[in-house]
This record gives sequence, C-alpha cells and structure tokens, in this order.
Amino acid sequence: MLQFIIRRTVGAALTLFLIGATTFFLFVAAPSDYASLACGKDCSPARLESIREALGLNLPIAQQFWDFMSGIVTGRDFPDGHCAAPCLGQSFYSGDMVWDTILDRFPLTITMTAGSMVVFLVVGLGAGMLAAYKRGSTVDKVATGASMVLSSFQIYFLGPIALTVLVYSTGWMEDPKYVPITEDPVGWFVGLSIPMVVMSTIFTAQYTRMARASMIEQLAEDHVRTARAKGMSQKYVFFRYAWRGSLIPIVTILGIDLSALLGGAVVTELTFSLQGIGRLAVDGALHKDLPLTMGVMLFGAFFILILNILADIVYAYVDPRVRLS
Amino acid sequence: MSDNLTLPAPQGSTGKSAETLLEVEGLTKHFPIYGGFPIKRKVGAVQAVDGIDLTVGVAESVGLVGESGCGKSTTGRLITRLLEPTAGKITYAGRDITHASRRQLAPVRSEIQMIFQDPYSSLNPRQTVGSIIKSPMEVNGIEPDGGREKRVRELLELVGLNPEHYNRFPHEFSGGQRQRIGVARALALNPKLIVADEPVSALDVSIQAQVVNLLQKVQQELGIAFLFIAHDLAIVRHFSHRVAVMYLGKVVEVGDRDSIYNRPRHPYTHALLSAVPEVATEDSEDRERIRLAGDVPSPIHPPSGCRFRTRCWKAQDKCASQEPPLIQLSGNREGHLTACHFPEEPTTEARDEDVVMDPALKALEAQD
Amino acid sequence: MTTLTKTSDAPAPTGPESFLSVRDLKVQFSTEDGIVKAVDGLSFDVERGKTLGIVGESGSGKSVTNLTILGLHNPRTTTVDGEIVLDGKELVTATEKELEKLRGNNMAMIFQDPLTALSPYYTVGRQLSEPFMKHNGASKKEAKDRAVQMLEKVGIPQPEMRFDDYPHQFSGGMRQRAMIAMALMCDPDLLIADEPTTALDVTVQAQILDLLKDLQQEFGTAIIFITHDLGVISNMADDLLVMYAGRAVERGSVRDVLRSPMHPYSWGLLSSMPRLDGNIHEELTPIPGTPPSLLNPPSGCPFHPRCAFKDEVEGSRCTDERPSLAEGRAAACHLTAEQKQTIFIDQIQPRLR
Repeated sequence: MLQFIIRRTVGAALTLFLIGATTFFLFVAAPSDYASLACGKDCSPARLESIREALGLNLPIAQQFWDFMSGIVTGRDFPDGHCAAPCLGQSFYSGDMVWDTILDRFPLTITMTAGSMVVFLVVGLGAGMLAAYKRGSTVDKVATGASMVLSSFQIYFLGPIALTVLVYSTGWMEDPKYVPITEDPVGWFVGLSIPMVVMSTIFTAQYTRMARASMIEQLAEDHVRTARAKGMSQKYVFFRYAWRGSLIPIVTILGIDLSALLGGAVVTELTFSLQGIGRLAVDGALHKDLPLTMGVMLFGAFFILILNILADIVYAYVDPRVRLS
Repeated sequence: MSDNLTLPAPQGSTGKSAETLLEVEGLTKHFPIYGGFPIKRKVGAVQAVDGIDLTVGVAESVGLVGESGCGKSTTGRLITRLLEPTAGKITYAGRDITHASRRQLAPVRSEIQMIFQDPYSSLNPRQTVGSIIKSPMEVNGIEPDGGREKRVRELLELVGLNPEHYNRFPHEFSGGQRQRIGVARALALNPKLIVADEPVSALDVSIQAQVVNLLQKVQQELGIAFLFIAHDLAIVRHFSHRVAVMYLGKVVEVGDRDSIYNRPRHPYTHALLSAVPEVATEDSEDRERIRLAGDVPSPIHPPSGCRFRTRCWKAQDKCASQEPPLIQLSGNREGHLTACHFPEEPTTEARDEDVVMDPALKALEAQD
Repeated sequence: MTTLTKTSDAPAPTGPESFLSVRDLKVQFSTEDGIVKAVDGLSFDVERGKTLGIVGESGSGKSVTNLTILGLHNPRTTTVDGEIVLDGKELVTATEKELEKLRGNNMAMIFQDPLTALSPYYTVGRQLSEPFMKHNGASKKEAKDRAVQMLEKVGIPQPEMRFDDYPHQFSGGMRQRAMIAMALMCDPDLLIADEPTTALDVTVQAQILDLLKDLQQEFGTAIIFITHDLGVISNMADDLLVMYAGRAVERGSVRDVLRSPMHPYSWGLLSSMPRLDGNIHEELTPIPGTPPSLLNPPSGCPFHPRCAFKDEVEGSRCTDERPSLAEGRAAACHLTAEQKQTIFIDQIQPRLR
C-alpha cells in the first residue's frame, strides 16, 4: 500500500509539471499578452517594454517558466514583498499574491462542490438502490423516468429557472451567496442551497441510473445467491453482499467525474455570480493573467489528483482482490 | 480393465511407422510477469510449457491430456503459431517453422488448422456461415474447382449440416452445429494437421458424441493428422492413437493408447486414470484408487526436479534434486516413454491398499 | 454406496419415510419470448441420509428444480405449482421468512463454480460464520470455532490462518472445500449439490467427491446431487432421476438405471459416452438432434423428435400422448416392458462394452 501511494505521488508530481508546462506554453503562444492589453490602444513601445520588464515578461520564456515552477517549492521575492512557498506568483491584474487569492476563494468552491456531492451521492445512490430493490414497481419506474429527464438538465438551463422561480418571482429565497461554513453553517447552507441542488441535478440523475444498473447486476451474481442460500435475509444480502460489489463501478466513475464536477463548479459560479475558483479561472483567462491562470490550473489539478489517489485507496478498501494482489 | 482389449495392430497409418509430419523439440513458452518498483521489470515467468518433445505422424491422431495449467492449450497455440515460442524447435514436414514470419508461414498456415473449444465465441456473429467457411480460402487465395461457394456447400454436407443453411448466421445454430461449422472452416483448406483444443468440452453429453464421431470420420476418411487436446481421458482414448500426458508444462508420459491406459508407469498417469469417474458395470474390474492431496502447484514457481513430486506418494530426495528424463523404461513398448525415477507397476488394477494423500479423506476414513 | 447408518441426533423416523417429497412440481418463467416451462410435472422423493442423483443436460430443468426447493427463484417472473414437502413442512406456500430459517440451516446448497459462488468482498471465515450465527444465535467466537473445525474437516491446511483469507487466495479445489464447509456449518438434513465438481480438475474432483461421501457418512445428510456426468453419479448416488426437457423420464436405483436402463434417452446418454475400458472400435452412438426448446416443447413425449424407437410404438402415441412415470422403478416411455428389455439386450447393451 505504501509503495502504491509513493508511486502514485511521484506520478502525480510529474503530471502536475506537465500540466504546468502545457498551460504555460499555450499561454505564451497566444497572440496577445497581458502587457499589450494593459498598455492600451495608444501604446508606445517604450511604455510596453517597461510594463513587460516590471512583470518579468522580458526574460527568456524558459527562465520565466523555471522561475514560476521553482517558486512553488522555494518561494519568490517580488519588488513589493516576499512570496512564501508554495508561491504561485503575483497576479498581473490585481497585483495580489495568487496563492492568497486562491485560498480566499477556494472555500466557496470546495464546500459547494462537496455539498452537492453529498446531495447526489445520497439522493442518487439512495434512489438507485431503492429502484433496484423494488425493481419493476412504481418506485422504480418513477426513479428511472425522472433520472432520464433530469440527466439532460444542464446547470446553465436549470440555474436561471431556479433563480427566477425561487428568488425573483416568489421571493421565497434570497440570492445565493457565500457565508463561510466555519462561521455560520446554517447561513452557508441557506446561501448555497440553490447552487448545490442545481449543480447536483445531472449527477443525481446519472448516479441513480448507475446505482440501479450496478445493483441489479450484483443481485444476479452467484455469490449473492449463495448468501441467500445460507439463509441470510434479503435485506442483509442486499446491503452487505450486493451493495459492496455495486460500489466498485461507482467509485471508478466517481474518480473520473471529479474533474467534471470541478468544471460544473465553474459553470455554477458563473450562473449564480459567486466568487469562487471557477470565477477566478475565467478572470485569469480573460485578463491574460498568466500567474493567476497557472495558479488556478495547478491548484485544481493538484486537488483532482489527490482525490483520484483517494478514490483508488477507497477502491482497494472495497475490493480485497485489488488490495492483496 | 479387461485384458482381451489390448490394442490390436494399428490399422492403416498409425504409430511410429508412419512418416513424421510434425516434430516438436524442447518447446518452451514462458509468459513474463512484470512488476516491481519504481521501474517495472520482469519479475518472473509463468512457465506454461517448459521443454516438451512431441511428434505427430502423417494421418496420426495424438492426444494431449492433463489438468488445467499443464500447458496443453499453450502447446496447441504454439504449434499453430498463434503464440511465439520462447525456445525450442517446431518442424513441420521437414521445415523449421519455429520463428517463421507471416510470409514464410503462409504455405504452411493452410495445412495446419485449429478447432477451438468455445463454438459460441470462435465464430464471428456478424458473418454468415458461408462467408465464415469461405474466408480461409479467400485469405489464402485458393480457388477450388467449381468455385468457393460449391466447396462450402460440400463442406457443410460433409460435416452434417444442411448446405441450404449457407446464408444463415451462427446464432441460428445450436452449440453442436456451431462446432460443426468450426470443423468445416478448419477443413476448407484441405489441412494435413488439425489442432483441436477441447473441441467438445463445451457441449452437452449427447452432442459431444456427434462431434467426436464427426472428427473421427474426418480423421480417418481424409487422412488428417490430429493433435487432440482435452481433459476428458475417455474421449481422448477413444480418439487418439498415441497419447501424451502433461503436468505443469512437461510431458511426463507418452506412448501408444494401450500403454498409457492399460500399462501406465508414471504415478501421475495412474492418479489421473484412477480419478476418472466411470459408470460401474457388472463386468468392470475394480480399479485402483488414488486420491492426491491439494491442487496443482502454480506454474510460476514449479517444484524443483520432478514437478509431480509435491503430490506424489513415492517421492524421495532424488526427485527434488534431479529432473527425471523422459525415457523408455525396461519392459515398456517402443515409443512408451516415462519421466519418473520410481515408476509404478504397469497395471491399473486395484491395489492392496488405496493411495490416499488427502489429509481430510485420511482423517475421515480412519474413523470408520 | 452401502446403506448409511443414521446419526443419533436424527429424530427417530419409522421406516424409510421420504424426508423430502416433491409432487407434480411445475416451474414456469415468463420471458419476452413467451412462457418457458422449465419444470413440468416433476415428482420425486429423497430419503434421509441417502443421495438422489439428478442427471440431465443443460435446460433439462435440474438446476431450476433445486433452486425452487430452496425458494431462490425470482418470484417476479416465476410461477411455481405443486408441492415440496421437507420434513413435513410445505415449502411452495411458505413465506420468505420461514424459508430463510430453513435455508442454510435445514437445507443447504453447494454451487458449481466456487470462484463466483463465494463473495470476493468478505473473508472465507466471515462467510462461513454468518449462517451459524444467524441460525444458532451463536457468538462470533463460537462461530469462528465451528468454522475452523469445519475447515479442518474438509481438509484446509492451517484453518486458523486461512479463516481470515479471502476466497481469491484459495485454489479452486480449496474454494470448493470451503464451500462444502459452509454448507455443512449448521449440520443440514438436506444438501443440494449442483454440479459441484464440474469446474474442477479430474484429480481434484475425485478428492471432493470422496470427501462428500465421507462427510455424508459422518453427518447423515441427505444429498441431491445434480450433474450431467453419469460416471460421477454412478459413484455418488443411491437413487437416480433422469431428467429431460423439464420432466423426469426415468427413475430407479443407480444400479438399476445405469445397468439396465429403460428409457431411450438413458440409452442414448450411455451409448454416447466413451468409457475408459470400452471397445475403441465401437463407434459412439450419439443422440441425434438437439434438446428441445422449452418455450415450445414437443407434443406428447418430449423426446420423440430424437427417439430412434418411436416407430416401435403403435399409432402416434409418442407424438400425441404424454407418457407418465409410474411410482418406483419406472421410465416414462410408451414402449412395453418387453420391448424395452429386448431392445436393451439386443441393441444397446452390446454397444456399452
């Protein structure tokens, strides 16, 4: 297991480096840069040059990249102060340290994503399992039908509808806003409930279908029949034997879905005008803000990689054949 | 076992006298296992086939028996060159085909055909029976007299299917009929050697006999040599002139049918024969009872010396240190070779005392 | 096998009463293509401590019958008619709760493929302990002791250590031994073994079969042994039931059925099977054709489309009239007893040598 974690960590570091390099060079290859944007329409070459110099854009590209990447490990010094490791540079646009900005915005994104994950895992898996347990019944038909319809409800379609109905026309709820969960859990929940439900809708539908299919497949397995032949109750067999096996494809897909989930967070933040990481990524790209974009990309990738390793560990926990071979 | 049933002089082309069609020497296949940290490397090998010698004469039928993991299927795939041998030499009709390239193999390919175990998965479900049987001719650019379609209809008739079914798809046929299609496909190129890998074990009992009879007819009437790979000893006996017994990648005993089934010398052959469940009849004699302990060891770490020694009741120190050569023991017929330091008596009749190695059986039977 | 002595803890029965009795069992599945008559009017008895062999090909209904006895069929798509009485208790009408109490306790089952039949997610020990704890109200410790004892009994080396292993860490033969140990945990009166050795190598099969016989001696369990292999059944069973297309076509003691079979299907099975000491110059005599579809079974005798002897029966009885299976030693065939005997002696027996 330790060997596995070490191997995966080394792999993750390599992946991060590649993602960083790809983002960086794609950015540099783009036709316009931040300096020309900041310089404006009537830009004298001397002024442009001085901006470029101030931002370090005059240095060789390889040097810029090296400075950025090594800064993550060692920290960097900027004219207006030190940036401690892990340093993701200084935003061109705002001048803030990117690391600090991310730390400031991250809690919104992560709590919202985690919240919606809880929603779709609980509701989705619950509905899917219930449908499988009562296969062929009305409950099953409703769950299957609803998940068919809901799986086509995109965030940018459902979001505005939810806002119109729940906030603008009826005034039942307030505009979504972020309150730190550490300060006011109830406020956090109320503030983000609409985004979380909207964001989790498609996933709920997908996981309902997946859990149902996976469960039905498991219930047909020989070992499930054996457990019943031993006299174990239907419920016991369902929740111990079939459930355990049905988790395996779900954990696998969940690992893959993590990036889609973060993508969903970007759309959700834009839809509900929330200031999270997703918003930051869009701003970075819009302003050609190289350090900010790099920072968000690397931070997001890091997070996804960590969660993927976690998913693999869960996988090994669920299936002893993976653990012991 | 009745003594009056000793094998009569082989009729037609059988046994050693015949010209050799296929010769295999020291054939070896190791499947590498990769693993390790931080860099993946070869950490071991599944020694599926480990230096076997075998010959098949023209129009001769040779049976290859053994339990799972003994390497009999791998041997079949090596001979048909579906797998690349790790070492050893395969000579077909005087030509070395061990590492022949696709092009070098082309003329030989049509002469060596294979029949597979699973009639369900070895036929392409999207092709008609006609095109399945025709395709070997197309691939090899063979245009028989009267055209390919006529030949396919002849083949269908030969294997006992209705030639009218030319345009049907495999799923419209039962398992036994599908295996007949497989046989027809194998016959399409007038092969000289057919490697049949468990051709009947996926079929129902009543259907098995149909296919065995068909193969026997094909073998005798068309003079095709067979390498018949199976775990069912009674069917192999019924079909084969000579039989090789494999255990963990080695041939432990080989000989004519009568020698192997009535005068076996290797303890494993004894154990195998004694384990076959037989319908008791009034005049059947008591057979010896040998119950081994445990399962076949892993071919990744096979035992040193004689590979059977870990389950053998006669094993001694010598068996662990020296690998017994495959030789003709005194008193055995020509061509009956055995790889054992301490061979058994050449009989399968009941012993004074059963050989029971299994600890659970020992304990339970000691109570009585 | 010799007659078994009953173990002392068996309730004192009077005479050879049938301990499991199946009467006119009909099992039907509704599928998209129509109704499959998987079992069609099957009756048999199993005596305490004896082995009933059920032999048949795929689709003969032998496995369905036994899943139905345990009540493991899918109630949504399956209809069951008839009577199954185990030790005085009617099972067809029993509730799920009542069946749960019997399963694994009074009746247990061993399946064909021990790799898929054991859960890969739980240790062998846990899977063995579960039924013992449930049915006997035993503690974890007691269940473990019993499990280790049973594992040892079936020949698993170092049972204490193997208790915590997962099934995939066992070899094929060891897995089937563990499966047997699991079935015997609660000392059931009835053990149903569904092709328990088909997935195993022949030397391992021999070990497992002998083990089952020896354990039966010790525990006095009644066994229903399902297989397609007549050789296996010859070694294992006391009585034999030959099934074809969801019906019993022949019944009798193993000795009688295998030495002087009376049904053309039994003749066909025996003469299509090569023997280790058979005459190699005698061609095998296969049964022509293929087993019938149970969606649309043949009229009259289900075997008539494949039967070589239907012309010996007057008129069109074979195609029109379903032959019945009398009590005791019998075959469901319209041939007269004399005809059966003459055909067997003149035409079948010579092939079997």
